[in-house]
Amino acid sequence: MIEPRHAAPLLALALAPLMTGIINRTKAFFAGRQGPPLLQAYFDLWKLLRKGAVYSRATTWVFRAGPMVGVATGAAALLIVPLGGEPALLAFPGDILLLAGLLALARFFIIAAALDTGSAFEGMGASREAQFSALAEPALLLSLAALARLTGGLSLSDLFRDITPAAWVENGPALALAAAALVIVFLAENARIPVDDPNTHLELTMIHEVMVLDHGGPDFAYVLYGAALKLWVLGALVIGVLVPWRGPNPWANLAAVVAGLFVLSVAVGVVESCMARLRLLRVPQLLTVAGVFAALAIILLRR
Amino acid sequence: MSAWIDGVLVTLILTNLAVLGSSRLNACIRIIALQGVVLGLLPILVGEGAPTIRMTLLTAATMGLKGAVFPWLLLRALRVAGIRREVEPFIGYNWSVLAGLLSLAASVWLGGRLPMPETARSSLVGPVALFMIFCGLFVIVSRRKAITQILGYIIMENGAYAFGVVLLEEIPVLVELGILMDAFVAVFVMGVAIYHIQREFDHVDVDQLDTLKG
Repeated sequence: MIEPRHAAPLLALALAPLMTGIINRTKAFFAGRQGPPLLQAYFDLWKLLRKGAVYSRATTWVFRAGPMVGVATGAAALLIVPLGGEPALLAFPGDILLLAGLLALARFFIIAAALDTGSAFEGMGASREAQFSALAEPALLLSLAALARLTGGLSLSDLFRDITPAAWVENGPALALAAAALVIVFLAENARIPVDDPNTHLELTMIHEVMVLDHGGPDFAYVLYGAALKLWVLGALVIGVLVPWRGPNPWANLAAVVAGLFVLSVAVGVVESCMARLRLLRVPQLLTVAGVFAALAIILLRR
Repeated sequence: MSAWIDGVLVTLILTNLAVLGSSRLNACIRIIALQGVVLGLLPILVGEGAPTIRMTLLTAATMGLKGAVFPWLLLRALRVAGIRREVEPFIGYNWSVLAGLLSLAASVWLGGRLPMPETARSSLVGPVALFMIFCGLFVIVSRRKAITQILGYIIMENGAYAFGVVLLEEIPVLVELGILMDAFVAVFVMGVAIYHIQREFDHVDVDQLDTLKG
């Protein structure tokens, strides 16, 4: 019999690109445009997958491995991230670190692939990505540590099972701080607006889009799909903290979390419509703030 | 009730960190005004039972003075003396915030070792009071302009006030009014002093005071 915890990763694989579509539709709505169809991300993936790939003679296997590792780590992360209070498909003490490790592995390979092209422009993006993710990772780990401290679980499944409305009543400020840190990490890691603008393809301040300029065809499809999976995984962490309702019906819980992810996408679209990107020099400050929020949550819980 | 106290204390911590991380004097002054208002709520939340009329009046006076009069005085000093609006720290904003976080950890450690009276509702009030005093000191020593010294002084005063809330069941009105009056006069006098420093030397850079010859 199929259970919600089996369905969750499949659902994620199927619905992750939809989040991008919702974000773009929200931005179009705010700009007074009609915008691309909700399923545009799927159309793009389909179009790219049918194309052939062109590889520069300067590149090596690292360049081809980058996008595949991105998708593989994203899919692996889906197995350990729980949705809706049910345990994930794989759960063991310490999978918090595995999640951070998977994200780091994907990032490392994307950066290595960007450097492998030998393009100065991509090197710039890679250096920025390395710098900002070095600051975002402590914030992610600290906020997960705060949640682990609160719930006493060392596995993501235990952790998110124990974040209930009762926990919010008891430790509201600490949970709110950890959630705020996670939201900042979510925006930074997915190259969304206060940190990086996904619309500007050829600007000198770009981060993520710069690194993947030389990928084409199926490789670029993998890059896009890997980014969508990452959006889903980190979004699931945020929603796991912010939507603590656990009803008796696990399917309803799963549906609530998926709905929460779509609401989160709308929120990202609203943020992108209302804010400008931060100056590049201010981004480390934003990420430090995220780390400080998480550290503060731990200090509040230490007493 | 405890969640409310925690919320207020977290807000106090965040306002301090915001002052450390902010690069604009205007923003710092407004954040400290907010801190004063939030701090005014603390005695009512910590106190037992319903607030008395006396307490309400004192709270209103504190909030009015720290939330409205101080920022008005400081913003006026800023405008009249024509001080540039950057903070100009000796220690960068990121490092300042990290130093603040370290001093918070130190205060939590210290607060855990200090014997606190039984009246303290939340075990975090003591550490936060200590943290505010440390923060005030840090702002005084790590910033270049004379006006930030006033800001550091106000933060320290707020910390001392928070400490009083923990230690005493109820502060006598006379003492409380005396402290408020002192703080008011101090801010007033320092505002005037800054105006004169600015007019005399064309800057309020305290780092250059040691080149003065007697």
